[in-house]
Amino acid sequence: MLQGLAFYILATIAVVSGLLVVTARSPVHSVLWLILTFFSAAGLFVLLGAEFLAMLLVVVYVGAVAVLFLFVVMMLDVDFVRLREGYARYLPLAGIVAIILLAEMIMVSLAVVQGGAASAALAPAALPEGVSNTQSIGRVLYTDYIYFFQAAGIVLLVAMIGAIVLTLRKRDGVLRQDLAAQANRRRVDAVEIKSATTGAGVKPEELL
Amino acid sequence: MEAATSFWATPLGWTLITVGGILLVTVGILISLAFLLLADRKVWAGVQLRKGPNVVGPFGLLQSFADFFKFVLKEIVIPAGSDKVVFILAPLISFVLAFVAWAAIPFAPGWVIADLNVGILYILAISSLGVYGIIMGGWASNSKYPFLGALRSAAQMVSYEVSMGLILITVILMSGSMNLTKIVTDQAGFFWNWNVFGGGAGTWPLIVIMLPITIVFFISALAETNRPPFDLPEAESELVAGYQVEYSSTPYLLFMIGEYANIVFMCAMLTLMFTGGWNPGFLSEDFMASLPAFVAYTIYLLTFIVKTVFWFFMIALVKAFVPRYRYDQLMRLGWKIFLPFSLVAVIAVAAWRVFAVGA
Repeated sequence: MLQGLAFYILATIAVVSGLLVVTARSPVHSVLWLILTFFSAAGLFVLLGAEFLAMLLVVVYVGAVAVLFLFVVMMLDVDFVRLREGYARYLPLAGIVAIILLAEMIMVSLAVVQGGAASAALAPAALPEGVSNTQSIGRVLYTDYIYFFQAAGIVLLVAMIGAIVLTLRKRDGVLRQDLAAQANRRRVDAVEIKSATTGAGVKPEELL
Repeated sequence: MEAATSFWATPLGWTLITVGGILLVTVGILISLAFLLLADRKVWAGVQLRKGPNVVGPFGLLQSFADFFKFVLKEIVIPAGSDKVVFILAPLISFVLAFVAWAAIPFAPGWVIADLNVGILYILAISSLGVYGIIMGGWASNSKYPFLGALRSAAQMVSYEVSMGLILITVILMSGSMNLTKIVTDQAGFFWNWNVFGGGAGTWPLIVIMLPITIVFFISALAETNRPPFDLPEAESELVAGYQVEYSSTPYLLFMIGEYANIVFMCAMLTLMFTGGWNPGFLSEDFMASLPAFVAYTIYLLTFIVKTVFWFFMIALVKAFVPRYRYDQLMRLGWKIFLPFSLVAVIAVAAWRVFAVGA
């Protein structure tokens, strides 16, 4: 009973905040609603007994990806009036895409219901005693699917290097911090004490 | 008795006992925070040969409560150009997240609100959310200094989370579990079983890795909680007070309590992960088992508190001793020194587990 209640609360929050992502006026508010959507999705994972995936969703999407979103959206001053200019012009096209998507989703859910996938008979098998889902995911990922796992890692690495290469530019005349030089600087290299006559004052050029 | 046990097993009984536990932990932490805040100021004063707060109550013990009433009774000022909802939401998020993380902390054997299988991941998840309170506060203020402070803070927390996560992986590898209770029970017995000293007779050579890793975690914890020498988000000489410039009264108080709750939480993490949690370290397991239950649990709880306060004392001392880092030095330390170092540590511990201990 409690589980059902939790499911409906989390699902409602997820759907409503998902809607608000699209309709919110300020882009920063959109990202904040998106974070709430991720968070409720993580709650749904916990209800399914997939606590590892739930925590990963929060760590990766909410903790890292959404922070970057928020960063970018806050720094860029997005002009929403200009973005909404083409709203009426693109509405028919967007409507067609939405209708196709809706039809596909209905077809998929019909297929699922008729194929019996939603029945209790095909519910995921319970984990054997003493094996957490962290262990079982790890076992599958690092044995059966190790090549796919590694390939995914390489794709990410390539993307990362690509981003660095694209933004890397060499400029002359830029002052850089050289920590080794700063740490190795001694007093004798930097300071020289010269005696000055009292009351006479010192001219800068005399010091050099 | 029969009826009583069955009542606690019903949903209502379970809800009652969980809410009771949550209230106990929250109130306990809030009261400890009041005195730890005072201790922080006293240590700081002591290093500078001052007396520190000593007027309110004996030895100034009630200073934090006086501050509390001062904050609560002041007027809340919300800047005209601010995003009001987000502005109020930000300190609430900081405050709530700082306390939500405590749910997975075991204070003594079995004394934990939620004994999660994925305890460490839960803690990582919650602490990675902590940055939102700061970014939202900085942005919603609609002012330059808070925004700069929030950006600095976000970059800093995201950077140090990476090395912290890797360090936690070494601890997971030591215990083979992400459950915090399991990690602490693995360090039971004498102090050489603690993870900081390599975690027991079979794995003592790991002290070469675990001792420096503990120090790296300590420094990362300073950066993660925006404590000096890494308090760049609120560097008062550059940014006035960073993200919380526009805050006053209770919202400011919530930010401050959240910050201190996070610091004490990091101290609790250092205690659990590296220095044996509730295990005293100088009493054998057989001796602890021979004691009456209430004596044993008192010792366990006191040990946990003493260790946590010790780490808090260290953090307070660092605040008094070390000058603030420059921003580029901070980033260099996080990405170029701590990250490769903890990565090497993960590989070394993993290799040790596979080749020396056996699967």
